[in-house]
Amino acid sequence: MENIYFDNSATTPPATEAVQTAVRFMTEEYGNPSSLHHMGISAAAALNNARKIIADELGCDVSEVYFTSGGTESNNTAIIGGAIKNKHIGNGIVTSAFEHDSVINTVKSLEAEGFKAQFVSPDKNGCISAEKFAEKVDKNTALVSCMLVNNEIGTINDVAQIFKLAKAKNPSVICHCDAVQAFGKISCLVKKLCCDMMSISGHKIHAIKGVGALYIKKGLVIRPRNIGGGQENSMRSGTESVPLIAAFSEATKLCKQKAEHHIKVQSLNERIKNALINEGFSINSPSDAIPYILNVSVLGVRSEVVLNYLSSKGICVSAGSACSKGKRSHVLSSMGLDAKRIDSAIRISLSRYNTEDEADKLINALIEAKQLLTIKR
Amino acid sequence: MKEIILIKNGELALKGLNRSTFEAVMIKRIRRSMKSCGECDIRKAQSVIYIEPKDDSFDIDRAEMLVSKVFGIAGYSRAAVCKKDMSDICSVAKEFLSETLSTAKTFKVEGKRGDKSFPLTSPELSAELGGYLLSCYGHLKVDVKNPEVTVVCEIRDNAAYVRAGQKKGAGGIPVGTGGKAAILISGGIDSPVAAWMMAKRGVELSAIHFASPPFTSPLAEQKVKELLSKVALYAGQMPLFTVHFTEIQKRIGESCPEEFFTIIMRRFMMRISQRIAADHRCQALITGESLGQVASQTIGGLVCTDAVCNMPVFRPLIGMDKNEIVSISQKIDTFDISIRPYEDCCTVFTPKHPKTKPKLYDIEKAEAVLDIDALVEEAVQTARFEIIE
Repeated sequence: MENIYFDNSATTPPATEAVQTAVRFMTEEYGNPSSLHHMGISAAAALNNARKIIADELGCDVSEVYFTSGGTESNNTAIIGGAIKNKHIGNGIVTSAFEHDSVINTVKSLEAEGFKAQFVSPDKNGCISAEKFAEKVDKNTALVSCMLVNNEIGTINDVAQIFKLAKAKNPSVICHCDAVQAFGKISCLVKKLCCDMMSISGHKIHAIKGVGALYIKKGLVIRPRNIGGGQENSMRSGTESVPLIAAFSEATKLCKQKAEHHIKVQSLNERIKNALINEGFSINSPSDAIPYILNVSVLGVRSEVVLNYLSSKGICVSAGSACSKGKRSHVLSSMGLDAKRIDSAIRISLSRYNTEDEADKLINALIEAKQLLTIKR
Repeated sequence: MKEIILIKNGELALKGLNRSTFEAVMIKRIRRSMKSCGECDIRKAQSVIYIEPKDDSFDIDRAEMLVSKVFGIAGYSRAAVCKKDMSDICSVAKEFLSETLSTAKTFKVEGKRGDKSFPLTSPELSAELGGYLLSCYGHLKVDVKNPEVTVVCEIRDNAAYVRAGQKKGAGGIPVGTGGKAAILISGGIDSPVAAWMMAKRGVELSAIHFASPPFTSPLAEQKVKELLSKVALYAGQMPLFTVHFTEIQKRIGESCPEEFFTIIMRRFMMRISQRIAADHRCQALITGESLGQVASQTIGGLVCTDAVCNMPVFRPLIGMDKNEIVSISQKIDTFDISIRPYEDCCTVFTPKHPKTKPKLYDIEKAEAVLDIDALVEEAVQTARFEIIE
């Protein structure tokens, strides 16, 4: 059975270029970047090269990029490190109510250490108001964290405005952005977005699972999570995974054409969206969401049932967020959608590798599922 | 130090002439479950069953865990084997009981001289071992009326055994002495508990699961298998029949009033289960229904589903509250599997307003438009079969 993959926000198919690069660094150039012989030196050079490519994409200096094992680790390091760094300022943390679990649960874990968290809910359309967000920031706020693109519905948050307003109210606040779903798809220039820290991940942009990075603004020194041999400028000890990091940078290079990719994905998104609206599906994504994510509800039919049906046809989508299997989506709940709509929500997430033919197969299968599963009177 | 497991029968002792049959079944169960632990001898002397490892590779911790799940066993304990001389008994007891005695405050020793050729009498044996243990564990006090720990030292023909107290066994009666029945298992919290409760009364189980592919996930079927594996630790291996139910659900959805959907679906499940059960020599069905829990589990609903059954339907949970059921499911380790969130066949097509007080006459009339016999036959013929261990 042919796989038709519309679950690219969960993970993406690795690009051939990325896989080949990883294989090369596993079979030929497998040296440890800390070794002093020629193989170590060439591994270190590959690492520097990769760091340069990521730094360019973020518009920052190479010394500000730290490789990690992925988005979750980057978010953990940034939030715990940032909050503790600023503990002398105060114990407040402000974030949105529809962040990824790796942000929400990390923030909640800090509550046990005396921090007070506030969560700003999006409106019914899934958008966060920068003013409403900044209202929660005061002299006591140590850290704010806001995602650039929401992973379930695709909202693009006005992070620059949120962070600007936050800093206006409290210049000492540390601003962290989870850009895992945005990186490689829209501009993630850290200075324009006013970020002090930014988390990104490899496997969401056709690299390989197990690698990500954290941007930390020069001058900001936070507590490292891994202590050891002092790799990554002592921020993240442990031998660097050169194959994964090199594949990550290779995949990032391919994102140079993100404008073209955007146009292609936008047209696929509209094709699917329009067809489903005609068939009476409800759209849960905001109208100006990133085109890579389209969240819809098949009212009256449970998400998983539709998912299983599509899966039997080789089509992969996700019910809400793949990381929160079974729990009612906190993202859709935070928007104030009613339970029926949440229980029937399906996330279609696209990539530049999807085709019109695949989109049509998805549309047809969704329509079939709706017809088969609605009990006729 | 060599350890063995001693097992005491439970209700078995009460069963008059059947006792030897029941005991034989229980020993067979024990023998079977010991296979995964290594080589051992299992023998019976008076009313005690002994599990004696043949060598050091025998996994006695696993054996103890498995023994705790064999129905018919009232109590069991691990004992250390000693030579029949006082100095060996003392030194083995000191080592074997060190963890128990160093955390206890009071204890007593019960000497039991089975082998009358042993030089000390039972009271003398108790006094001597008790005195020695007191000298080793200075914080202990002797309390013969209400001790925290009772150390038992038995002198038998072959050897002496030292143990501390006895653990409660699974109770009930041995699986296989209570006939055969088929459990309808969905993947929820209730049905594994119902299965376990009937196995406890000696019933040998078969399982029947209804799946609605492609709308239910292979993960949901996997979940049912994992649940049954947990039950099988108590009930022994069992056959699982998976019925492909989608077509019947579609037909009901198309042809019958929406409010009757669930009841008519339940009636089909009973008809199909009864056929499969009878074909495999089961004499009853078991369900996890609890009165009033959902719309189809009202008395009116049960009247309508039972109307198609001519074998008894056991509902061991019928009078239990959800929290009582949950606490058993936690005890038998099925709860964490049951709460995995996959949809099952019952939630694929959910009517908006199910009837809570259906009338049998209306239901029969509503389903008469379907070719019931052919649909049941097809489902029975296409059911998948496998063995759950």
